Amino acid sequence: MNATELAAAVRSGERSAVEVVEEHLSRIDAREGELHAFNLVMADDARAAAAQIDAAVARGEDPGPLAGVPVALKDNMCTRGLPTTCSSKILDGWKPPYDATVVTRLRDAGAVFVGKTNLDEFAMGSSTENSAFGPTRNPHDPSRVPGGSSGGSAAAVAADFAALSLGSDTGGSIRQPAALCGVVGVKPTYGAVSRYGLIAFASSLDQIGPFATTVADAALALEVIWGHDPLDSTSIGSVPSAIESPLAVLDRGVEGLRVGIVDEITLAEGIAPEVRAAVEAAGLALESAGASVEHVSVPSAEYGLSAYYLIAPAEASSNLARYDGVRYGLRVDGETVEQMNAATRDCGFGAEVKRRIMLGTYALSTGYYDAYYGTAQRVRTLIIRDFERAYERFDVLLGATSPTVAFELGARTADPLAMYLSDVCTVPSNLSGDPAMSVPFGADAAGLPIGVQVLAPALQEATMFRVAAAIEAAKGSAS
Amino acid sequence: MTDTTDTADASRTDQWETVVGLEVHVELATVTKLFCACPNLFGAEPNTNICPVCLGLPGSLPVLNERVVEFALRVGEAFHFDVPERSIFHRKNYFYPDMPKDFQTTQYDEPICLAGWLDVDGVRVGITRAHLEEDTGKSVHLGGGGRIHDASHSLVDYNRAGVPLMEIVSEPDMRSSEQARRYVEELRATLLAIGVSDVKMEEGSLRVDANISVRHYGDEFGTRAEIKNVNSLRSLARAIDYEHDRQIEMLERGERVKQETRHWDEEAGCTRPGRSKEEPDDYRYFPEPDLVPIAPSAELRAHVRASMPELPAAQRTRLIDEWGINDHEAGVLLSTPGLAEYAETAVVALDGGGTPKDVVNWATNDVLSYVNETGLSPALLAPEMLAELVRLVGDGTISRNQARDVLAESLREEKWPKAIVSERGLAQVSDEGALGAAVDDVLAQNADAVEEWRSGDDKVKKKKRGFLMGECMKALKGQGNPQLLNRLLDERLARG
Repeated sequence: MNATELAAAVRSGERSAVEVVEEHLSRIDAREGELHAFNLVMADDARAAAAQIDAAVARGEDPGPLAGVPVALKDNMCTRGLPTTCSSKILDGWKPPYDATVVTRLRDAGAVFVGKTNLDEFAMGSSTENSAFGPTRNPHDPSRVPGGSSGGSAAAVAADFAALSLGSDTGGSIRQPAALCGVVGVKPTYGAVSRYGLIAFASSLDQIGPFATTVADAALALEVIWGHDPLDSTSIGSVPSAIESPLAVLDRGVEGLRVGIVDEITLAEGIAPEVRAAVEAAGLALESAGASVEHVSVPSAEYGLSAYYLIAPAEASSNLARYDGVRYGLRVDGETVEQMNAATRDCGFGAEVKRRIMLGTYALSTGYYDAYYGTAQRVRTLIIRDFERAYERFDVLLGATSPTVAFELGARTADPLAMYLSDVCTVPSNLSGDPAMSVPFGADAAGLPIGVQVLAPALQEATMFRVAAAIEAAKGSAS
Repeated sequence: MTDTTDTADASRTDQWETVVGLEVHVELATVTKLFCACPNLFGAEPNTNICPVCLGLPGSLPVLNERVVEFALRVGEAFHFDVPERSIFHRKNYFYPDMPKDFQTTQYDEPICLAGWLDVDGVRVGITRAHLEEDTGKSVHLGGGGRIHDASHSLVDYNRAGVPLMEIVSEPDMRSSEQARRYVEELRATLLAIGVSDVKMEEGSLRVDANISVRHYGDEFGTRAEIKNVNSLRSLARAIDYEHDRQIEMLERGERVKQETRHWDEEAGCTRPGRSKEEPDDYRYFPEPDLVPIAPSAELRAHVRASMPELPAAQRTRLIDEWGINDHEAGVLLSTPGLAEYAETAVVALDGGGTPKDVVNWATNDVLSYVNETGLSPALLAPEMLAELVRLVGDGTISRNQARDVLAESLREEKWPKAIVSERGLAQVSDEGALGAAVDDVLAQNADAVEEWRSGDDKVKKKKRGFLMGECMKALKGQGNPQLLNRLLDERLARG
């Protein structure tokens, strides 16, 4: 049963939330040892929360649109009184004294949290291999990665450990693992979902979004978590009041919509033939559903990766400065404060985090700022303008999510650049702030899932979901 | 004193000019902090006014306090600043244990106030900019000498972290320690009048760093030293004078002044170089991505403009003109928050029963002492009570000396002077008949003294007259109207 069905069954009293959560916990019991999707399984809390939902239903109350739905949270979202680790040693022992806004909203909607999921340390990575607690494995093939950085959240939904999960997407960290794990993953418009309580990687790019097994489930989850939050200055005031509900338009079809297939994220070198074929097939499917489909070039998208790998590390170098051993988390003693800071950070951060802190520190340094950070910001402006131009002609854009299907564990760990290329199709939407989502569409010869990416202009989630729903509907006929 | 030193000093002063620019940090007196809802309070128990935001906990985000923008607009109006349509915050990155995020959120090259000025005793001092930033926490180093390098451990109080600060940076337009002191005085009075800060140097809500250089008249600016740890106006003037001498001595010895940060040592009366760093700081400023630009609305700008109070400079001119008081008195009135307003209300309440000058005399002496002793704001006192007191003196009901006691009680007990006068039976005897009878009695009982007065020289006359006056007052239990009594005594003595 998917999230929509579960919530309906629990709300109507047809199924008990406790029974639902037990089912999921038993699946976790059976496969978690192999997959390692979680940093923390919250079995007791989940049972208690489910019992409360059942009690509410028994009293004739409506626990909300996610009544009794088991949800997994990426372990970079603050949960009051529960460890929140970012899969890093540096946060060892830290328990946030507050809940992230998304956590509060999900709980208020009746969701039952089953656990905190594994990620690349501080969300830096594309395979969930950069976790201080060991990698997560792909439920479709445990010898392969689930993608990253939200690999744990993608795997948890793909393995049905949870009906929904949340991830964070800074350069593709929801969409790419969604593609590799064969689930739906959404990065909403920047500012649509509050970042309050999301431990920052790159503040101007980070955005929380849902994983789900269906497009409708993803819309259901998104509409619970989004909306203005006074605690986040970058939160958009008009969400959801002034924008269309994706859930309400899912079955409206794509008749008359103009769809552009973006060459730079479909045909570029490094994008596997079967992935390209899936994008083209999705285009054909939309065409036969009544949309007009054309190829389009967004030239600056090709520089997205370079700009991203300057801006994101620059912001990260500042965001991660606070892990200094003074107030919380790990402390490794030293003779002086400076030595304590250095020893703590040396021991607490993994190699990829250190690499990006150094990259970012360098990019912001006097004498280099303009050449690196400044140029990257100008490229970002170009990308925004190029996408705006494309959206004058198209309602939505289409492309690959990940250049390849899930790769083997260890295949790219020795070559950071090869790993960074995993994000080439997804970073442009983070830089532009526009929404984008990955929908499973077909598989390669070995049966590994492929995701197709749907991109839309800012706040046009409703149109994006309509197109995603049409692609989902055509899935059966693909491959 | 020998002439040589004087001459040397004179020639030195002739040749060298001091150039001073000041950076003034002002704590804004908002109810809550800059980016969170924690109380902005001085002197609370350590780490009690803190939350995830001002502690910089992972996942927390700043939200700009709108009051701060309003305060900045007030500052903008008061010092004739240009307030751009849009200004932004940057991050200033450096590691320090009392800085929760290990970066300071501050304005950098797009500040909220640009290019203002302040007139100080007829000289216009340019103010380059005023920008908003957050304060840090406070470290306490325990064990050793109380300094970080020999401490056994350190404690940090984050109550102050996130308190809104405004840094007001002047042009190097001042040419003496006195001028610098006066600039700060005027700046304080203005900030106080517009209600954005309580500007208490001793509590650190106003802190001054001084950039000082010297040059020969007409030359380019010399190399400056930045002096920190200046905790009072007196230290500011002393530090500038010290630096002036130090730099001139160096230059006259043929040495060069180093551009550096120095700390004022109040006890030793000198500046000392700060800890020198091997490498210059690189703060890696970049725009704060967690905040949106500050763009004050037209409504807010209009509201602030409409609600600006009279500024001290204008108020001073007006009071001097209307009340006939002098510059010094006006200065005293304006340097204590609320005192001028107190006096203004009292003057209105006089209702012709005295002069504004009388009110100012009482306000700048007895009332001011009371305010200083008790720490109460003049805003808490009743100016109508002072007005009544002035009237009682004016119409001869009580003497000035009696009035002092009455005022002290009036302030302390919040009682109307008239009530005190009647309770104490203080009303003066001004009835000529009663006074005359008393004088006659005293003269009759002290015939010896009268005789000595008659035959004595001026000195004796004065002494005996004083004695007789004292006896008269004694007979009247101190309640005789002194002017009247003096006249009656003189008349009777003259009559023989």
